[in-house]
Amino acid sequence: MIPAPFEYAAADSAEHALELLAKFGDEAKLLAGGHSLLPMMKLRLAYPSALIDIGRVGELAGVRADGDELVIGATTCHADVAGSDLVRSQAPLLAHSAAQVGDPQIRHRGTIGGSLAHADPAADLPMALVALGGSVEITGPGGTRIVAADDFFTGFLETSLEPGELLSAVRVPRRPGVGWGYQKFVRRANDWAIVGVAAIDGRIALANMGPVPIRARAAEQALADGASPAEAAGLAAEDTRPSEDIHADRTYRQHLARVLTRRALEHQAG
Amino acid sequence: MSILGTRVLRTEDPGFLTTGGVYTDDVVDERLAGACHVFFVRSPVAHARIRSVDVSAALRAPGVVAAFTGADLADLPLLAPPMPGMINERMSQPVLARDVVRFVGEQVAVVVTEDPYQGEDAAELVDADYDVLPPVLDLAEAASGESGVLFPEAGTNVAASFGDAAGLQADLFDGCDVVVTRTIVNQRVAPAPMETRAAAAAWGEDGRLTAWLPNQGAQGTRDALADMLGIEPAGIRVITPDVGGAFGAKFGADPEHAVVCWVARQLGRPARWAETRNENLVAMTHGRAQRQTVTIGGGRDGTVAAYRLEIVQDAGAYARFGAFLPALTILMAPGPYAFARAEAVAKTVVTNTTPVGAYRGAGRPEATAAVERAIDLFAAEIGMDPADVRRKNLLPKFTEPHTTAFGAVYDSGDYAAALETALAAAGYPGLRAQQVKRRAAGDVVQLGIGMSCYVEITGPGMEAGGPRENATVEVHPDGSATILTGTSPHGQGHATVWAMLASDELGIPVDKITVKWGDTDLIPEGGGTGGSRSLQQGGAAVRQASRELIDVARQRAADELEASPADLVFDTGRSAFAVAGDPEASVPLPKLAEEEQLVVRTVFIAPGPTFPFGAHVAVVEVDTETGKAVLRRMVTVDDAGTVINPLLAEGQRHGGIAQGAAQAFLEEFIYDADGNPLTASFADYPFLSATEVPSFELAHMATPTSYNPLGAKGIGEAGTIGSTPAVQNAIIDALAHLGVRHIDMPASPQRVWLALRSAPGAPVFSSTGAASNGSRDA
Amino acid sequence: MQVQLTVNGQARSDEVEPRLLLVHYLRQRCGLRAANVGCDTTSCGACTVLLNGRSVKSCTMLTVQAAGQEVTTAEGLAADGQLHPVQQAFRQEHGLQCGFCTPGMVMAAVGLLAENPHPTEAEVREGLEGNFCRCTGYHNIVRAVLAAADATAAEVNP
Repeated sequence: MIPAPFEYAAADSAEHALELLAKFGDEAKLLAGGHSLLPMMKLRLAYPSALIDIGRVGELAGVRADGDELVIGATTCHADVAGSDLVRSQAPLLAHSAAQVGDPQIRHRGTIGGSLAHADPAADLPMALVALGGSVEITGPGGTRIVAADDFFTGFLETSLEPGELLSAVRVPRRPGVGWGYQKFVRRANDWAIVGVAAIDGRIALANMGPVPIRARAAEQALADGASPAEAAGLAAEDTRPSEDIHADRTYRQHLARVLTRRALEHQAG
Repeated sequence: MSILGTRVLRTEDPGFLTTGGVYTDDVVDERLAGACHVFFVRSPVAHARIRSVDVSAALRAPGVVAAFTGADLADLPLLAPPMPGMINERMSQPVLARDVVRFVGEQVAVVVTEDPYQGEDAAELVDADYDVLPPVLDLAEAASGESGVLFPEAGTNVAASFGDAAGLQADLFDGCDVVVTRTIVNQRVAPAPMETRAAAAAWGEDGRLTAWLPNQGAQGTRDALADMLGIEPAGIRVITPDVGGAFGAKFGADPEHAVVCWVARQLGRPARWAETRNENLVAMTHGRAQRQTVTIGGGRDGTVAAYRLEIVQDAGAYARFGAFLPALTILMAPGPYAFARAEAVAKTVVTNTTPVGAYRGAGRPEATAAVERAIDLFAAEIGMDPADVRRKNLLPKFTEPHTTAFGAVYDSGDYAAALETALAAAGYPGLRAQQVKRRAAGDVVQLGIGMSCYVEITGPGMEAGGPRENATVEVHPDGSATILTGTSPHGQGHATVWAMLASDELGIPVDKITVKWGDTDLIPEGGGTGGSRSLQQGGAAVRQASRELIDVARQRAADELEASPADLVFDTGRSAFAVAGDPEASVPLPKLAEEEQLVVRTVFIAPGPTFPFGAHVAVVEVDTETGKAVLRRMVTVDDAGTVINPLLAEGQRHGGIAQGAAQAFLEEFIYDADGNPLTASFADYPFLSATEVPSFELAHMATPTSYNPLGAKGIGEAGTIGSTPAVQNAIIDALAHLGVRHIDMPASPQRVWLALRSAPGAPVFSSTGAASNGSRDA
Repeated sequence: MQVQLTVNGQARSDEVEPRLLLVHYLRQRCGLRAANVGCDTTSCGACTVLLNGRSVKSCTMLTVQAAGQEVTTAEGLAADGQLHPVQQAFRQEHGLQCGFCTPGMVMAAVGLLAENPHPTEAEVREGLEGNFCRCTGYHNIVRAVLAAADATAAEVNP
């Protein structure tokens, strides 16, 4: 219910955060909104030795346009992503996804960078980023590198972030006016998705159908080959081995993936 | 104009809204200065022999004052089951597990620290070693004992039996054209009040214990603590802070409360405890947990001739109040129906799960859920509208008490009117017409209409001496008044309503009347709040005490005015006695308190329990592709006789309806095959939130009882009892045209989808997952 | 370590452990016990307060994260002994029974109305999805928030 003890330092810049990460070592973790990390620490599922607070590093928050992409600072909270005029007009799927996370209080604290770094396959933003074909900017002692969403999520709660690195920004393609679909199947409004689907521009990403957010590649291929949404959706669960839990067994999850994919393709906004 | 029956705003609210209620964990008291903090270490396994519990590392952790295991408390008595003689006493619960743990979450040790944060740190260092035993989880296996026995000295897992199993008649259903039987589940749920359990204990120099803890009746709590600590009740003062919800699970005392008190005595300093939500979900008693076999038979004209209910109650690991619940289920088995023949039997078995206790309705929702399911199963079998089957079988209106074959004496009832009122308010024919349209069109989203008729027992008189409650009313010279009540509100608004009742008699404004409860030194006797007893017994007592006070005051007024008591009139408008015909010759009530205390204590004795009743209609939409059911409307009649404060009565109905609906489609406490709880947090346990229920439509009906001068029955649990089966029936009804006859609760999306897949008229799920049923293209 | 923040308009400076949760800081160090702890998983919202005017769950914040910022609790809502319109509406509509969820519910409602002054019933229910209540069935809570919205609108546009 309360975390084990840890050390704490507040960073005043991204560079300072990297220095602190180096100083405190591999068992240190970055803290932005803390709404993925602190719940784990409170349940004593995570025991970082130190927390480096980047929550008040101004340069890491905010939304701006950069050519044909939007660049969203990693510590931008979900409410601000959802409410940003830029994101709503240029990448509305992302704004919608951010508005689905948890509840209003969680959206006032949880950040896009934190959510992506936590990499819960049932979460909204990892799925949205994969559907959008976005990427993350990772800043480390050696500089900044970009990793595509398709490559960023490497395993259950695992990403290509190396120790000592900081997810500094998220990049998404600007696609104003392009139709998109989003389906999140839950029993209660603020639950994680039992199954989620985000679809835009021929890309279909699924949440909670595997250890990472996955692309429904067979369905995408069918669409590209001219299949109707209904036909393509029939392949949405191809090659998936979703886990089973109290809400859904494998067969039901796969069934939901097909139904929700069809709905995401047929009921498009924008 | 009487204040009774009007929507008086609660006097409690300003405090709650500004500085917040003062719950046990909020209590600041000089007697608790320097308190240490207790943290429980709990078993991670469902069934095991404890080889050892090593607290040495914990003792060395920062801030640790002490650590104790079951061996340290071994001479404390066990928590005996309630209803002595009815329930196997060998299934009693130790305050800390000694040799055996019997459910995941059972407390095995405590660490005591200076600061609350240190407790969790230290608890991680306690090293408990277990020899794991196979868990007994399946009810049939528990009953037969084939997979093990929890209490070897008992030689059985059967904790209790009710009804006459040997006396079941083989020919009960002879002559029935149609007989339907089904085994259904009334699933285990977690009461989950928003305030978890807590305790604060301090022993005085005089050797007396003062204990603060959330409860539903300080007197019963005092007695339970006394039993567990092996001391006399007179040696304990229980003080009840604000209580953040209880729903039946905060009656009496739990082992943890006794341990906290013991720690305080052992260490010679005050001790405090506040449990986490995880602890609350695994170690506070659970609710319901019955497996029921219903058999119903009758004619194709809809008349039910016979009904049988066979219950297996899961008591959990220790026999607590849950073991007794089926007795109440049996008592109410036939509900509001005039079945020619009915039988019910039950047995309670222990399993390696959280002990089961009372939860809003406590045995009666289970009865209603069973018979309402049975009625719908019967209706489906004969192809008749379930409303018509109910109409055919409801007991006709009665105003004189009616005794059922199960020995329940229903005081007054008009069940048919309740049903018609609910159906009319719901617009039933229109709903059925909509349903026909959607079925014909093969809509993906189908409409379901479900209903229930219920009657339930309130104020059952489980307290010592039978149904009764005491009240003390005192008028002070400054014009204010104080009421002492033996009830124990935790959200029901007694401070306001008891003040209203006294105000109506005394003419003193509500905001000048203070109501006190929950301090056993101030109020040594009382039945607490539960079983929906408070207004009909406690409220009646307040009114009675107020009237008796007026009688006492009349004598004094007569002396004061030098008149005969018979010539005096009490004018509540002025709160004064006056000589009849001479209003100037008067004396105000408070003046009569100046020379001598003006106070009356009385006991209201009820002739028996009362039986509120009602009917609920639920409207759901079911997505036949995903299986998800959404509750769109809840229309209810909940007739609990005279309504003293409609605002508060509606609130009780709302809360009950929501909890009952939640059981039908959302909540369930689940274990895996090893007895590990899978829903031990609010992230996993699907606690109802605001987005899953609509606003409720409450229709008004008030059939008074003759059992108390208020004409009031109990409203607190009625909403829960009616709503569960109405919602369950609605979800099944949405799919009835496809041949679905039953879906167990909770009707989760997966359960609904599985029912659809195996239904005879099931839609064909194409590779796209889209449903079609032959009559149209997907 | 030292932390400085403003609570209900009062500047404070306290020595705290990094792991001291904001809710416990408010309850134990500031004596502001209206916010309650109702769960372990950031689910129930009984701990909701405002941080710089936005609703947050104080059980999932470290006190040190609030450094330099403004926290408002239920105790800080009423001014000059007058109930805040949301508090008044909760009373009027019987939006509380046991009261345990109430301070958090009220703060969530204040935060909701600050962002959406004229919500529909559906928006109110969604806006309160992070606040659990076991007593009221939410019916009167929703009425209270809608009434508060009306009352505030009436004040602004009398």
